[in-house]
Amino acid sequence: MIPACPLASLPRGEALRVEADPPIAVFHTEDGEIFAIDDTCTHQDASLADGWLEGCEIECPLHASRFDLRTGQVDAPPAKRPVRTHQVVVEDDVIYVVPSDEEPNLPPGVTLKGQA
Amino acid sequence: MNTVCVVGASLAGLLTARALRGQGYTGRLVLVGEEPHRPYDRPPLSKDFLKGAIGEADLALEGDGEELDAEWRLGVAATALDPVARRVILSDGTSVKADGIVIATGASARELPGARSLAGVHTLRTLDDARALRGDLERAGRVVVIGGGFIGAEVAATARDLGLEVTLVESGSAPLAGVLGAAMAETIATLHERRGVRLVRGAYVTELTGDGRVDGVRLADGTHLPADVVVVGIGATPNIAWLEGSGLELGDGVVCDEGGGTSVPGIVAVGDCAAWFDPAQGGHRRIEHWTGARQRAAVVAATLLSGGTARPEPARPAYFWSDQFDIKIQFIGHARDADSVTVEEGDPADHSFLAVYRQGERPVAVLGVNQVRLFTRWRRHLETAPVQAG
Repeated sequence: MIPACPLASLPRGEALRVEADPPIAVFHTEDGEIFAIDDTCTHQDASLADGWLEGCEIECPLHASRFDLRTGQVDAPPAKRPVRTHQVVVEDDVIYVVPSDEEPNLPPGVTLKGQA
Repeated sequence: MNTVCVVGASLAGLLTARALRGQGYTGRLVLVGEEPHRPYDRPPLSKDFLKGAIGEADLALEGDGEELDAEWRLGVAATALDPVARRVILSDGTSVKADGIVIATGASARELPGARSLAGVHTLRTLDDARALRGDLERAGRVVVIGGGFIGAEVAATARDLGLEVTLVESGSAPLAGVLGAAMAETIATLHERRGVRLVRGAYVTELTGDGRVDGVRLADGTHLPADVVVVGIGATPNIAWLEGSGLELGDGVVCDEGGGTSVPGIVAVGDCAAWFDPAQGGHRRIEHWTGARQRAAVVAATLLSGGTARPEPARPAYFWSDQFDIKIQFIGHARDADSVTVEEGDPADHSFLAVYRQGERPVAVLGVNQVRLFTRWRRHLETAPVQAG
């Protein structure tokens, strides 16, 4: 379990990038839910935490593919593959992420630091 | 509606086909594509693909296992349209009769007169163009790029990254001056010059020299720029010649209403070939941006399926991006609407800044250079603002 940040420091509508390998993005939706997905768009190296959060979807800041925070699925090109979703735990007012053990769908040219 | 024929199998055609299925259309769906390839993404052709950083498989627009339940007619061009019989005539002598027709034939790179006869002269629009240019760049030392629009500026940057000697010839004051305005385009000019691109501004090409193979470019002032490869990036023209005589209203593109409907019921047009009515600015205009095709696919599908009664959402302001060297350039809105532009974050000298274009007090366009997070906030502001020009 990776500590992300105190709950109070991530207001609704905001996102945070956690420097894991690969990085993870944590989102606090306007409805008060908290989600964690891989931060890197599956199309090209872009940080989804910099993207446009609307409801339960995050739009990539570069090329506007939208990922569903609940499932990781993408709506339309240029991205084609889903991002991984991670479990979120809030304990004692701190947000934690339980990283998925699936293989990440990283874009071409982006590798895990452990493999770089 | 029993049969829909989508003419054009690139981004706009594919996304419209997908939107038709997504909006409940279950009838026969035929996609016609002039190129032999499955739908692919064009923006990387001047950047990562040309550089060799990504391969052809990475360009695919269809998802793994995506099934549109469509008939694909690839490698055949549409040559004529009979709007009364609703029949699309194809280059292999066959035809497709359909109740609904989507025209998404895109645009072609504009060429310099007489350039075709010389080897080593390239335009860049298709995958085959990019393959050929990539092969030629591998053997080249000196490249002259004609035109400082998106294609020209991106190819110049890529060729420079590949270690070539690059000259960019621009008729205006600076690369991208047409879309960014002269002041901000100067920052792009500085970027190119700092990275070693030789910029020739305010110049007109009078001749490509060479015997069989190009060996240089002659400018109006007599200057001769030696070149092993010449890339011509002087814009694109809509692929509408096949519609001449069909009775469809044509201008600079297929003339459409604000939902993509043409002058003939049951026939719609979308993407680079279509000039939609723009209620914010008045008049019909083609939006030659990737995001334009993407946003309008769902609208045009609704127009077709509803028989033109669907009320389209107002079009969002145009958003586009460009990657040059390691710099991400993002832009939304129309610079020409602005009477002022101010840098609000960062410093152009560092190639990291955000500039806001205003008409009076009102923001009408925003430029982000390596300012992705901040640009998103501004884009959101502009896209969700109540009715605004552009």
